[in-house]
Amino acid sequence: MWTQIFALIVKELLAVLKDRRSRFVLIGPPLIQLLVFGYAATFDLDHVPIAVYDQDRSAAARDLVARFSGSRAFQVVATLDNGARINSLIDSRKVAMVLSIDRRFTRDLLRHRPAPVQVIIDGRNSNTALLILGYAGSIITDFSTAWSASHGGPPLPAVLEMRARYNPELSSRWFIVPGIVAVLTQVVVLLVVGLSVAREREAGTFDQLLVTPMRQIDILLGKGLPGLLIGVIEASVTILAAVLWFHVPLRGSLGALYLGLILFVASVTGIGLMVSSLATTQQQALLGAFLFMVPTIILSNFATPIANMPPLLQDLTQANPLRHILAIVRGVFLEGAGFGSLWPHLWPMAIIAIVSLAAAGWLFRRRV
Amino acid sequence: MNASLIRLGGLLRKEFLQILRDPSALAIAFLLPAVLLFIFGYGVTLDAHDVPLALVIDHADATTASVAGALAHSPYFRISRPPDIEAAETALTDHRIDGIIWLRSDFARRALSGRTASIGVILNGTDANSARLVEGYLQQTWATWLAAWGARRGQPSPVPVLVQSRVRFNPAVSSRDNLVPGLIAVIMTLTGALLTALVMAREWERGTLEALMVTRVTIREILIAKLVPYFVLGMGGMAASVVMAVTLFHVPFRGTIPVLVVTSALFLLASLGMGLVISSLARNQFVAGQIAIITTFLPAFILSGFIFDIDSMPAAIRVVTHVVAARYFVSILQTEFLAGDIRAVILPNAVALAVMAAIFLGVARLSARKRLD
Repeated sequence: MWTQIFALIVKELLAVLKDRRSRFVLIGPPLIQLLVFGYAATFDLDHVPIAVYDQDRSAAARDLVARFSGSRAFQVVATLDNGARINSLIDSRKVAMVLSIDRRFTRDLLRHRPAPVQVIIDGRNSNTALLILGYAGSIITDFSTAWSASHGGPPLPAVLEMRARYNPELSSRWFIVPGIVAVLTQVVVLLVVGLSVAREREAGTFDQLLVTPMRQIDILLGKGLPGLLIGVIEASVTILAAVLWFHVPLRGSLGALYLGLILFVASVTGIGLMVSSLATTQQQALLGAFLFMVPTIILSNFATPIANMPPLLQDLTQANPLRHILAIVRGVFLEGAGFGSLWPHLWPMAIIAIVSLAAAGWLFRRRV
Repeated sequence: MNASLIRLGGLLRKEFLQILRDPSALAIAFLLPAVLLFIFGYGVTLDAHDVPLALVIDHADATTASVAGALAHSPYFRISRPPDIEAAETALTDHRIDGIIWLRSDFARRALSGRTASIGVILNGTDANSARLVEGYLQQTWATWLAAWGARRGQPSPVPVLVQSRVRFNPAVSSRDNLVPGLIAVIMTLTGALLTALVMAREWERGTLEALMVTRVTIREILIAKLVPYFVLGMGGMAASVVMAVTLFHVPFRGTIPVLVVTSALFLLASLGMGLVISSLARNQFVAGQIAIITTFLPAFILSGFIFDIDSMPAAIRVVTHVVAARYFVSILQTEFLAGDIRAVILPNAVALAVMAAIFLGVARLSARKRLD
């Protein structure tokens, strides 16, 4: 029996790897995507174009502007002589922010009255708007406290002393790159498994497989195990790239990480086989793969936090294997987590794997 | 000409029948956008509110109470009060809270004697974006507290500059208002490419394209017949998404319908064209499906400026974003929904979409012709 399954596994792997285009699709894009997305997916502001409208033209105002142009987050691309162009610059997306320093700025500073500075921000991208607001706020506060200290203002009663655990620089790349590892693994496994049965059914070779002495469970294993194998190898390669290329620290237990990965790939394999056996054409299988893939990525904490979702949706994410593997991958990478603290994510995934594989087996028998 | 029209009519009829008989194409056009927009619209938000934080006060008095009061009044935080810093650290490790604010025992003494006390903040930095937003909110709260501190003692504020912020188009900085239009672009990328990715490959695989080629039907007629029904479906899906965005999620629409229709049509032609190119290059559905999965969703999600700011990406990556059609459409939709018909944004992006559509359709035409040999 095992020799038959083994033969089917070899055949499946050959079917995927023998075709030059299909082989390329499995190896090339995930690595290219890890690289491109690793650099692209960042929430850190870097050289965001801004304009300055300085009506005060004093030394204090110049100092404030210098703090903006000296910051990595901003790049001053325009200096305005009058307020007329403020809105049109923002509307046309030439700049994301305009810093407008009021005519009374120095006068009010010297009189110890609140000196007005306006920041006008493009709200079309709300997250960028919030980040710009935060960055600009801290630059202005730094200026403010420095000015107060050098001009005999009252001492600050207290300062904020920020420290971030696990990710002291608050680099969003450290958060996103391990996430991409998990997302790409899911995509690849779905690619391999999701269309495989539908393809054979469409080509008519599935019927031939059924008249062989193999049992349905053997066929299922033969279809599922290659996906598991390719998924774990693919994940290992991307993990290596994350560590060696992006220098994301890998601090926790590799054993827990791999147990998590195997459970995760098994879950996705089960779901892929379900999609594959429900679909009669490859187009349906493709639709099924997308209907699974897109929501799982959105509801996974990959780029958008689960904590902000409505409670019902938050409960629903418990059934999402990607959500759990993301917690595990990030836990192991950044927080140095081991089996103990990852247990709350390991057991739900084991249940998802068992349920999805069993459901795939059941559907398999029903649809034959 | 007349004969050509009749042939085209026949082909169109065949394509429409094929769509109606396998409902998965209808599902891709209408079900996929509706389901995704629904989940996205409710599930995706980047705003932080009710962030669980722990406040640890080593020695409680009137000064620390004023800090506690300022924090409690912030809508962004949900403050808990663990007994000591060890308990708070454990809660942070277990992910029960996202951060700790720690007022040490000498806080009031230093603050009152003019020797600047420190408010210790420890955040979980794993999710750097959320941590940064929390940092910003804390800074606001701190600045408010400082101003109140100065006012109460009759002193000028220790932070003399008053920041007045104005966020254009989205004064409440609601992330849903900008994410929903972006999502429509991402979803339409999927729909557009998925609809056509398999159609040519399917005919190749089944050998029916060769059968068509021995008839008098020209390759151009075949491509037009493939394009028209899916264009109609795609525009239907687009209309459904816009209606959902406005009625269900109450996203404002400040542009005009004709501009929206024209730009959507250009975008859809580019997406469908991309699907056709994938389809005729891959020649078999399996590979076409794989390429469609890889080249549509994740690039549209990450490289379109829908979530991640394109200006902050490294220069090389910014160049790559120019080949992602969704990039132009995200910009158009965000502007159409939130700002209105702003020529300076709409026009260049629409031209870029038109160029992409022309290139993809041209390549599809050329690669289909080559196979005739």
